[in-house]
Amino acid sequence: MNFPMPDLMPVLPELFVLGMTCAILIFDVISRTRTPAYLLTLATLVGAAAITLVTALPQTRYTFGGQFVDDAMSDALKLMAYVATFAVVVYSRGYLVERGLWRGEFFVLALFALLGMMVMISANHLLILYIGLELLSLALYAMVALQRDAARATEAAMKYFVLGALASGLLLYGMSLLYGLTGTLELPALARVLETGVGDDLVLAFALVFVVAGLGFKLGVAPFHMWVPDIYQGAPSAVTLFISSAPKLAAFAFTMRLLVDGMQPAVADWQGMLAVMAVLSLAIGNLAAIMQSNIKRMLAYSTISHMGFLLLGVLAGNFAGYSGAMFYVIAYVLMSLGAFGLVVYLSRDQHEAENLEDFRGLNSRQPWLAALMAILMFSMAGIPPFVGFYAKLAVLQALVGAGFVWLAVVAVLFSLIGAYYYLRVVKLMYFDTPRADAPAIVPAGDARALLSANGLAVLLLGLMPQPLIALCANAMQMTLQ
Amino acid sequence: MTEGIGLLSLAIWVPIVAGVLILATGGDKNADGQRTLALIGAVLGFLVTIPLWTGFDYASAGMQFEELAPWIPGFNVHYRLGVDGISMLFVILNSLTTVLVVLAGWQVIRERVSQYMAAFLIQSGLLNGVFSALDGVLFYVFFEAMLIPLYLIIGMWGGPNRVYAAIKFFLYTLLGSLLMLVSILYLYFQSGGSFEILAWHRVGLSMTAQTLLFVAFFFAFAVKVPMWPVHTWLPDAHVEAPTGGSVVLAAITLKVGAYGFLRFILPIVPDASREYAWLIVALSLIAVVYIGLVALVQSDMKKLIAYSSIAHMGFVTLGFFLFNPLGIEGGLIQMISHGFISAAMFLCVGVMYDRVHSRQIADYGGVANTMPRFAAFFMLFAMANAGLPGTSGFVGEFMVILGAVQVNFWWAFLAATTLIFGAAYTLWMYKRVVFGAVANDHVAQMKDIDSREFVVLGLLALCVLGMGLYPLPFTEVMHASVDNLLAHVANSKLVH
Repeated sequence: MNFPMPDLMPVLPELFVLGMTCAILIFDVISRTRTPAYLLTLATLVGAAAITLVTALPQTRYTFGGQFVDDAMSDALKLMAYVATFAVVVYSRGYLVERGLWRGEFFVLALFALLGMMVMISANHLLILYIGLELLSLALYAMVALQRDAARATEAAMKYFVLGALASGLLLYGMSLLYGLTGTLELPALARVLETGVGDDLVLAFALVFVVAGLGFKLGVAPFHMWVPDIYQGAPSAVTLFISSAPKLAAFAFTMRLLVDGMQPAVADWQGMLAVMAVLSLAIGNLAAIMQSNIKRMLAYSTISHMGFLLLGVLAGNFAGYSGAMFYVIAYVLMSLGAFGLVVYLSRDQHEAENLEDFRGLNSRQPWLAALMAILMFSMAGIPPFVGFYAKLAVLQALVGAGFVWLAVVAVLFSLIGAYYYLRVVKLMYFDTPRADAPAIVPAGDARALLSANGLAVLLLGLMPQPLIALCANAMQMTLQ
Repeated sequence: MTEGIGLLSLAIWVPIVAGVLILATGGDKNADGQRTLALIGAVLGFLVTIPLWTGFDYASAGMQFEELAPWIPGFNVHYRLGVDGISMLFVILNSLTTVLVVLAGWQVIRERVSQYMAAFLIQSGLLNGVFSALDGVLFYVFFEAMLIPLYLIIGMWGGPNRVYAAIKFFLYTLLGSLLMLVSILYLYFQSGGSFEILAWHRVGLSMTAQTLLFVAFFFAFAVKVPMWPVHTWLPDAHVEAPTGGSVVLAAITLKVGAYGFLRFILPIVPDASREYAWLIVALSLIAVVYIGLVALVQSDMKKLIAYSSIAHMGFVTLGFFLFNPLGIEGGLIQMISHGFISAAMFLCVGVMYDRVHSRQIADYGGVANTMPRFAAFFMLFAMANAGLPGTSGFVGEFMVILGAVQVNFWWAFLAATTLIFGAAYTLWMYKRVVFGAVANDHVAQMKDIDSREFVVLGLLALCVLGMGLYPLPFTEVMHASVDNLLAHVANSKLVH
């Protein structure tokens, strides 16, 4: 047997992250403090970003016999995933140290999860997509259970695992139906076969339903959203921060690769399903968020509505919609990082700042942190001049352009409902006086600086959104060629 | 087309930059410095708008002081600014009001001074942006962003029920603007991929499209004006807002809604506007008559002035939908005049509130005995509010009534009742508060206005009298633009 050596250049970032993660795993066993592992993790992320930037080429490359793709979209999303993971590790340091969770496993699991995302982002084959998804999911299950003796976290991990396994099962079943129909697992080949038509449309519809249901679980959109609030609330805040940010990039890539690269010819079939899921998510996410008193749950429901908005971009089915959705997911990750980052930052001294009440009067205690949170909340509500507005604008523009004016009207009406609970956070911080027994805020220089940068990025990208818009447009143009 | 930074950019960014600088100065330890900085920022912001009037070309109906720069090429959005005879005066009015607001809050605001001053300055810059933006998305960004500082102003420095009022204000106005956002996107595609507002004026639209756009824009602007029956947020917001907040709300923010009618609804959907003019006229007349009666029974002075604002704004919308020059120019004059008078009325109530901490009419009486100078100013503004000839309040109302007579006598008749109701609620309130014997100890201890308050009220008195006695400079500015607008609206742009 004579195997041809595959071109390893496109997978260089993945190989680097894998090697470094294994090195950190071994190194952490022999090292007495965690600081070296922490610094090595950050170095890994910076190194991966450098490699991705250096090896980026203007044309799309395939390797491993076409199962793995490296294009502009994958580069952009991977870079954003590094940034998100970097921010997560920096934000959670103080939180984890205080709770005795500052262990090597956290870094290793986070990096393995990142690796899983990278594989998902670059997958061009259903099995590779699935392997990436499982690598990500397994690492996340373990991270949720990191706080072993906390009943709530263990329960959340159990729930996450069971529902995640169910979703994987649905997905795999859908994939097997697709394979039976088309005889291929490779996404472009799948698209070609679907183009010519597959005799049995009923089976195709079934396959689509299963695949889209699995996708819905992973994205956390209604009606497959039940796990999201429980996991977000139960997991340690630092892990919630991670789950709510970077994996959404991978989930977006997953959606794009599967539905757009693989099943574009069946667009009329999945468009309707996505429309139902999107509207339901907007409704359930925004309405349920109003009733929450726990900010992690509130943000969880808000995530559901944001993912619904993201699906609106995808279902528009045109170039503007895809690049709008990509813009949306990047903007969302930035906002979510900041919002959960602040929750983590304020959770100190064995006190979990997870109730809305903990934000009461923040303006008179820490005006700058309150201003950052206000920026993030207004941005999530889609009020200009913050980046969240342009994300919504991009998606709405694509929707109106594709003729879905009624969907655009539904989307803005639910944004109005959404504005209420974001405003409530601002109200608590600015209009109310702090509780007398509010715990002190422990300053942490690195996290504070990064949080400031994060909040300012949301503002600056709102004043000057063109670079990010151009990036997304270029990435989509290249990917869709 | 101006090279570099134009006057309009300065009018927008000088106050915003000053506001950010004030925020950077930190807590209340530096309050005096922060107040001074705010005043410098506000005065500078006002000074840069003066050349807009002195350099204005009266003969031209087009946009002047235009600026154009690419902003978001990915969406074909430009940083496009310009003013015509309709919008120019509002930029100046807004910048002047900001100076007054900074002065009015000088001593009253003692907590979080930097945030208070910064909020007003940033708000002022954003409002100038609303009046001068000529790109749909740019307009929308300013239009929405200005809600944020006002929300914080009402909620942080307002009265006891401020939280409810702030959230109600925000959500109410957001509902209107979100529908407008969809309309803006629709127009983008109808005009072949342009966000330029003036290009939308030329886009032909079917009657169905015009009707839907009319409804969406109508909601956005009617809530802001506010027109009956979507006015209910205004009394709450006014009552709970601090004096400065009420002044900005009444003098400027309400004008944004009316401005939207002239810039968006009339020229973009002229056929629908003519078709549904009866609706606007009816709502306006209800505002004039019914809200005038509602104002009569108020026991809270701020609420009374708030309702009187709604009635006066009814005149504005009535004038706009008469489709004759007298009506539109009368409406515009009424907007500016109402900017001066309502600002002055709220400042007068603020002056008394600072001393007695009550807005209830029943808590006052005989103020003239302890505050004679103040009572004189208050008298002038109350008369202006009632539309006494010689004050600015008369000019706009008279023009609109004349315009209405040309169209329909009964409209004019109903509109003219405002001269009775307006006089009734304003002067009755004035009588109960100012005349008579000194009502209680609080009133007995009231000190007359100091020099700072004298300057603020004196400036406004000059404006009210000046505009009332010699309104020509104001109408001259508008003629060309209003004629142009009317000519445009007269032509159908219906496509089938």
